[in-house]
Amino acid sequence: MTALALDRRRAARWLQEYGVYVAVAALLLFNVAFTANFLSVGNFRTQLVQAAPVCIVALGMALVIGTEGVDLSVGAVMALSAALVPLYLGYGPLPAVAIALAAGLLAGAFNGVLVAHLGIQPIVATLALLVGGRGLALVIADGQLVQVHDPTFLWLGTGDVLGVPVSVLAAGVFAAVVALLVSRTTFGRQVVAIGGNRAASTLAGLPVKRTLVGVYAICAVLAAVAGVLSTARLSASDPADVGLLMELSAITAVVVGGTPLTGGRVRVLGTVTGALLMQLVAATLIKHDLPYSSAQMAQAAIIVGAVYVARERSSR
Amino acid sequence: MVLEVVDVTKEFTGVRALDRVSFELEPGEVHALVGENGAGKSTLIKVLTGVHRPTSGTVLHRGEAVEFARPADAQRAGISTIYQEVNLVPLMSVADNLFLGREPRRRGLVDRKRAHADAAELLAGYGIRADVRRPLGTLGVGAQQMVALARAVAADAHVVIMDEPTSSLEPREVETLFSVVERLHERGIAIVYVSHRLDELYRICDRVTVLRDGRRVHTGPLADLSRLELVSMMLGRSVGDLREHGATAFGEDHQAGREPVLEARGLSSGQRLRDVSLSIRPGEVVGLAGLLGSGRSETARAIVGALPLDSGTVLVGGVEVGSGVPGAMRAGVTMLAEDRKAEGIIPNLSVRENIVLAALPRLSRFGVVSRARQDRIVNTFIERLRIKVSGPEQKVAELSGGNQQKVLLARWLCTRPKVLLLDEPTRGIDVGAKAEVQALVDELAREGLAVLLISSELEELLDGADRLLVLKDGAVVDELAGDRLTRDDVLAAIAADES
Repeated sequence: MTALALDRRRAARWLQEYGVYVAVAALLLFNVAFTANFLSVGNFRTQLVQAAPVCIVALGMALVIGTEGVDLSVGAVMALSAALVPLYLGYGPLPAVAIALAAGLLAGAFNGVLVAHLGIQPIVATLALLVGGRGLALVIADGQLVQVHDPTFLWLGTGDVLGVPVSVLAAGVFAAVVALLVSRTTFGRQVVAIGGNRAASTLAGLPVKRTLVGVYAICAVLAAVAGVLSTARLSASDPADVGLLMELSAITAVVVGGTPLTGGRVRVLGTVTGALLMQLVAATLIKHDLPYSSAQMAQAAIIVGAVYVARERSSR
Repeated sequence: MVLEVVDVTKEFTGVRALDRVSFELEPGEVHALVGENGAGKSTLIKVLTGVHRPTSGTVLHRGEAVEFARPADAQRAGISTIYQEVNLVPLMSVADNLFLGREPRRRGLVDRKRAHADAAELLAGYGIRADVRRPLGTLGVGAQQMVALARAVAADAHVVIMDEPTSSLEPREVETLFSVVERLHERGIAIVYVSHRLDELYRICDRVTVLRDGRRVHTGPLADLSRLELVSMMLGRSVGDLREHGATAFGEDHQAGREPVLEARGLSSGQRLRDVSLSIRPGEVVGLAGLLGSGRSETARAIVGALPLDSGTVLVGGVEVGSGVPGAMRAGVTMLAEDRKAEGIIPNLSVRENIVLAALPRLSRFGVVSRARQDRIVNTFIERLRIKVSGPEQKVAELSGGNQQKVLLARWLCTRPKVLLLDEPTRGIDVGAKAEVQALVDELAREGLAVLLISSELEELLDGADRLLVLKDGAVVDELAGDRLTRDDVLAAIAADES
């Protein structure tokens, strides 16, 4: 009985650790066998390009969740950065992107100050910006979808570097940077320590508040990047629609990737794979002529599974 | 007997919290329950209130054996508990809180008018005047506690257990509480009163039960017992816990420096700390003695910047330290916290990461941590403190208590502190590890570290410290050194009646 329980616990632990990789591998194999034209460069390209924004946002979300927090405002921040781009594109693509990212930084700092300095619960603090951010974006854009024509800017959405789409490359670079940040920098280690035991971190003299503000700022800047890339890909700024429900997709990718919601751990590769998994699930079902609604239900099942596995582990 | 516990033993995975303890509560008496940390008070209370079930032994309620499976069962039997933190609903009105779950009704609906009238009458009966319509949370802590008390008694309780009810009260509120206790007493309600404040115990309690190390050491009328006798019963320890090599050898061989490295002046924080001043010289171990809640931990927390102060300054080497924990750490002051689990280890990180946590900035260049430097320092400390691990990458949660404590000591030592504050450094660790930690403290002091030692074990303090400050109710009441560094002097200082 106890041996069985131990085995189950070990299985659950293994699943949380590696389940997401196994799931992606299994889905790939399934598609290779049963999906027509799956093994084509064009298809892989499409899948990666579609997964890239979620992946970039999820990286920031993983950091926030690592501190035992959550950021619900990422979708709204995407809308905000998307709304700002066409306003400043007249000064050239670089200033426009810089201003969009600066807006993200500001939004993130706002969230961070609410959480770290005013002690508001993350879910409530970021809820304010979830509601207000998109509203502000719509005001900025006057509620309109604005076409974007600047060719240099559009390159961000359609261009390649050595055959790799810019957005995919960006996701890869950010993933590498965040991975290094978590594993090799004082900041990253402090993030994990604060999530693991905040009282102990405070007594150890860690800059808890500064670190928390930093984490929310990074998360929002990454969301702003995703907003810029989405705008470039659409060749239109659509603040009413861009990044809608992104917070849920990002949280899903993080959780499915094995980062516990209780904080104290950040899994970067798992998060990236989690984003890919959700994209693959949707693509697989659609390619087999199942409606998008069924993809949503499959995703829901995966989330429940991931949370269940995590629960098994924490009730140790 | 209204409530009786016979030969109750309670074990938690290998640890015996209560060892064949008996306890008798007579109708209408105010019975003090005292004991230091780990004496078994909370466990006994939890057995009485149905939170814990005894491993063996029986609980008798009005002469009949009972088994409370849940706190609700005990409450139904008329045993109510008032905890340190008021557990009512702060956003609901006073009246709603008083009648929560048994609201007066009229035609199936709550009769507010009657509830308000009844509540006002009930509170007035205890000399409390408050608008019963106001949310409970807007009242002071004392008034809230009074409401909790009124609620307990209104629910037809004939036994009320009060767990340190005065710990967060203002002096004026304490007086009100006492008058309420007096009225309960007159109505024949039996009270179990847990407190560390001797003045209070002698004022309102009839009898006392002293627990120590999970055993009952005494029960009897409080008036027959001098303060000194009471304190020595609470603090006395078995000889087996003593360190073998006797007193530490400071003084002759290792002269402490002349100038104090740490000076704390006039630390005050509400009722918890009242004008505490102390200084420690390099190579000196200063002990803080006193009963639980006397302000020992608060003093350490104040020095390290983890307790907000109303007034007071901390100087290291004559220079005032910066604000907060980072400020204190920059000045070279670190604290080993009392609660290892809650404030010490970061369970999901490795031994290595737990050790280097506080020293990370020093071990990195441009924010990038150097693994090589970490490994060097971690290996040094694992070896020096003889931390038993399978390797530096082992999760710290998997270690024994003693080894976790050593990991935390290593964390502070690798910040190269000048002053080390140790709050109960040997609590909850096995005898072997205890001796090792004590020896280490000795060694560190000999190397010139200034140490503040807090311990509930009198022998550990007498043996380890060169000088002792005795704290009581948040203030320093005596300083003992040299010939006066004896058990009797400490007990006398704690028991002294200054009022």
